[in-house]
Amino acid sequence: MSSMNRYANPEGGAPLHLQAAAGGPDLAAEVAGAEPGRRPEILARIATDVRATIIRTVGRARFGHLGGDLSVADILTTLFFGVLRVRPEEPSWPDRDRLILSKGHCAAALYSVLALARFFPPAELETFVQPLSPLNGHPNRRKVPGVEANTGALGHGLPFGVGCAVAGRLAGSERRVFVVLGDGELQEGSNWEAAMAAGHRGLGSLTAIVDRNGLQQGARTEATNRLEPLAERWRAFGWEAVDVDGHDHRALLEVFTRPHDGRPRCVVAHTIKGKGVSFVEDRVEWHHKVPSEAQVAQALAELGR
Amino acid sequence: MSADTHPGAPATFDCRVAFAEELAAMAREDPRVVVVCNDSIGSSNLVAFSREFPERTINVGIAEQDMVGVAAGLSNGGLVPFVCGAAPFLSGRALEQIKADLAYSRYHAVLCGMSPGLAYGELGPTHHSVEDVAWLRAISDLVVVVPADPGETRAAMRWAMGAEGPVYMRVSRFRVPQVTPPGARFEVGRATELRRGKDLTIVASGTMVHRALEAAALLGQRGLEARVLNLATVKPIDAEALVRAAAETGRIVTVEESVVNGGMGGAVAEVLCQRRPVPMRILGVPHFAPTGDSGFLFEHFGLTAAGIVRAALELAA
Repeated sequence: MSSMNRYANPEGGAPLHLQAAAGGPDLAAEVAGAEPGRRPEILARIATDVRATIIRTVGRARFGHLGGDLSVADILTTLFFGVLRVRPEEPSWPDRDRLILSKGHCAAALYSVLALARFFPPAELETFVQPLSPLNGHPNRRKVPGVEANTGALGHGLPFGVGCAVAGRLAGSERRVFVVLGDGELQEGSNWEAAMAAGHRGLGSLTAIVDRNGLQQGARTEATNRLEPLAERWRAFGWEAVDVDGHDHRALLEVFTRPHDGRPRCVVAHTIKGKGVSFVEDRVEWHHKVPSEAQVAQALAELGR
Repeated sequence: MSADTHPGAPATFDCRVAFAEELAAMAREDPRVVVVCNDSIGSSNLVAFSREFPERTINVGIAEQDMVGVAAGLSNGGLVPFVCGAAPFLSGRALEQIKADLAYSRYHAVLCGMSPGLAYGELGPTHHSVEDVAWLRAISDLVVVVPADPGETRAAMRWAMGAEGPVYMRVSRFRVPQVTPPGARFEVGRATELRRGKDLTIVASGTMVHRALEAAALLGQRGLEARVLNLATVKPIDAEALVRAAAETGRIVTVEESVVNGGMGGAVAEVLCQRRPVPMRILGVPHFAPTGDSGFLFEHFGLTAAGIVRAALELAA
């Protein structure tokens, strides 16, 4: 626990802000520098590293939401290493693209991606949810560079993203806004208030990505409060809606970089909760179950890490 | 002029007029000023603003959660949103967005609770905003301001524009006279003494400040010298002024257009019971209001000069 004490701020016990990391391989540059046809395979390799990082982080902390972390891993990897115009060394760069993880309980996935994207040193992941760590169970933008909003309460990310998109329009900027939503989260009405507003305003710079893994905390979404026909629902709100395989880096890269037609875009990314680890995949109890040491070892072995 | 003033009474004002003028002036000076509202352009007195600044008037429709979330996103883009909606819906419907998206995320926005308290008299408790101060002062890192008159409304807006985090301020519809010194700068967290006194202190906020002054004048006729503090910032609270008042006058009456459990009076009691306990009376709204216009409801709940005098005399007895 003593390693945590460096975060204790003598002014009042508040954790210090993490500093942007120097060093480490620039994976986004590797993707950008590769021939376009090769980028998906590089992203697939990075995504496997992201999954291994998530499993180690959650296993060490004995805390996390492993199922959703693994289902959203390819989406976040594709965004941060293949799509977003961001500067890890200058996280508040005003004209950056915005990424909002509305399903904030998958913080370990976001932190793992941010660490590998050099927003902060990967060693900091060892402090995940430890006392006074900046890495809370849900992300805090005041503590973690690369985080835009303190999400965790569901249904908050999309209205925030609408505000970001309107601000970009007022600034005459081309910057883009991506909001990653859980599928169960769409049962919160605030999403549909925001969807209506974005459709009405024709916010083409805004992309919502639904991590459509079909499971929420207690059961399948369709058994709890039905979401289908999901893409049609978004279209009815004035959005372009696209169904893709949420683990196919080529498809994700293509849809995230496709020019918009003046409408906001919803990407319904069909995913498997727990993707990549056999005993976690598509099992409702792994929403926030913690793996044992043996399970961590098995999961890493399955990933070849 | 309000209907209930007598000949020779001071002129009274709807603070929304000053609010709209000041907001337009600030928007002309600073391109970061934007308005976010919930189909409330008319009720927030923003018709002229929306004509002058159509691009900077973001009306999200009847959707308060979206309204506050959008404001946080605008703040993320370097803008300063003034979020204008009827106080009961802005505070109640969007409470979690105020907590998480603005206060916890520490985004700078000015939440303007229009027509607060009992202003919507006959519309009933769905439209009364007597809980807002209690709800919102529970949220860390959120400043809660209840200006007393048009001048203080303008000054508080100017201060809020330069604040670092989110601010909630009430913008009164119920007509009030100008009671604070014209042109005074707003000092956040500072209670201002509007009348000196040594026998008891009346701590008032918002529309109740001028009534506290009237009550103090009536008490003076009975030989009781009441100090009057205008507690325009409910959070952070001016603990020193309150402790001093308790020590020097020995009795405290609080009066506000809010619930009596958890409002400004509760905030004052939290300070005094720990640092300088003295006998207190907390005047406000004790339960859902019956049918009636605002004037009737103020009488009904004793939120009048006479009601304040009664409470003060009980306390002094």
